[in-house]
Amino acid sequence: MSPIQLGGGRWLIVPPAATLILFFGVPLALVLAVSFATRGTYGGIEWAFTLGNYTSIADPLYLRIFWRSLWLAVLTTIICLVMGFPLAYVIARAPQRWQGILLFLVIIPFWTNFLVRTYAWMFILRSEGLLSTVLSALGLTHEPLPLLFTDTAVLIGLVYGYLPFMVLPLYAALERLDPSLIEAAWDLYARPLQVFTRVVLPLSKPGVIAGCVLVFIPSLGAYVTPDLLGGARSMMIGNLIQHQYLVVRDWPFGSALSFVLMAGVLAAVLYYLRAGGERGLL
Amino acid sequence: MKTRSWLVAASFADLLFLYLPIAILVVFSFNASKLSARWQGFSLEWYAKLFTDQALLSATVNSLIVATVSTVLAGALGVLTAVALERQPFRWQGAFEVLLLMPIVIPEIMMGVAMLLFFVMIKLPLSLLTMIIAHTIFNFPVVALIVRARLRKLDPRLEEAASDLGATPWVAFKRVTLPLLMPGIVGALLMAFTLSLDDFIISFFTAGVGSTTLPIKVYGMLKSAVTPEVNALSAILVLVSMGLVAVATWVQRK
Repeated sequence: MSPIQLGGGRWLIVPPAATLILFFGVPLALVLAVSFATRGTYGGIEWAFTLGNYTSIADPLYLRIFWRSLWLAVLTTIICLVMGFPLAYVIARAPQRWQGILLFLVIIPFWTNFLVRTYAWMFILRSEGLLSTVLSALGLTHEPLPLLFTDTAVLIGLVYGYLPFMVLPLYAALERLDPSLIEAAWDLYARPLQVFTRVVLPLSKPGVIAGCVLVFIPSLGAYVTPDLLGGARSMMIGNLIQHQYLVVRDWPFGSALSFVLMAGVLAAVLYYLRAGGERGLL
Repeated sequence: MKTRSWLVAASFADLLFLYLPIAILVVFSFNASKLSARWQGFSLEWYAKLFTDQALLSATVNSLIVATVSTVLAGALGVLTAVALERQPFRWQGAFEVLLLMPIVIPEIMMGVAMLLFFVMIKLPLSLLTMIIAHTIFNFPVVALIVRARLRKLDPRLEEAASDLGATPWVAFKRVTLPLLMPGIVGALLMAFTLSLDDFIISFFTAGVGSTTLPIKVYGMLKSAVTPEVNALSAILVLVSMGLVAVATWVQRK
């Protein structure tokens, strides 16, 4: 803490705090309140207390959507970890000048419009899309492939969307890893797998946890990817919430769904903080 | 120690995976074919079509208005927050910091739903204004985090030296701290501008009838018939993002 305090500085926090509480705290509280309210006859909200919105989530129809979301988010996280680790490692061990360029290459997709990046896969996977066209031109297939609107397409889109979130924290952790520790392991005749599991992995654990949390959270709440790449049967929680809010207009049930989703996300964040990643999420 | 070649190969495959789809989009935006997956010669037709699309132009204007205003607001609120958190500890700071992280952490869909509900309840019609409010809320914590990280790295003795030389706290802040923070602030503003320009989900929930933004328009195009114009538009957006990230990286280095 600095010894210097701005004159009247105690009021600095008032505008941001007031803005955040009014335009974020209050809306969140409203969602919570509405999740215990009843749906009105014409889609409005009736303030009659009920737990029904939460109990109806137990319906197998909705449970299946929760289960699929969780499963896709976990799978996305694992694939990103497996794919991201070599890249993060190579960047961390590259000469200084190359590190900058490689990091830049990882960051650009992160700044590129998410819809555009998702569309790229629509363009490739569509039945009359690039992959089908190429495969049939090579004589490998004769009819359009059902690639788009599948769970696989959603999985590809999620991995593609969130891979940079995995690479950056992994890189940050691996860059701080002292190479002489790895050399010591080699000198002690460790096998490559042992070097990885006994030295590299434990020392990069904070990065692994941060990367996994950063990929898991947006994957679990994904909306755009399943909406554009998934079929009618590939709905995830995000799509269900949007459907309840904008199509069915059952706001109480949509609110309850949002809160359950948020609980899942906060559980992941708490795990991250417990695991010692207090360096902030960005 | 030497980096193993299979690791390098795997990394190369990762980068190919990240860039090939975008590259394909850009290449096919110059394709003359309307069926768009077969190459039938070079053409700038789709780009020409974009610039005559009136709805697209007004969506672009809306996007720029929302991004500019919300970035300015997020910048002011974010810098205030960063300075207050680092220099003026206050009661309930811990609770405030948790609330500040929430817009970054919670799923976008939840943020969209909460905003929609709030605006409907206070009977504020959905418009550019509601979108600007929502974008300011998800952006100012980002600015606060980035600027605060920069502020932490500053040597407090610089400010002390200024006040030893007779500067009032405000003058010391304006003449010493603020200039040193500038690269961080500019980087944060570029980030906020990009996040606002790219946002789809929260805008989707808070946009009114006449306030369609570029991403909402793109989404509409993707949901209906995908025409080659989308490729051209995508290519432009990719180029804009690359320009912004290049500027941001360059500024942050200083």
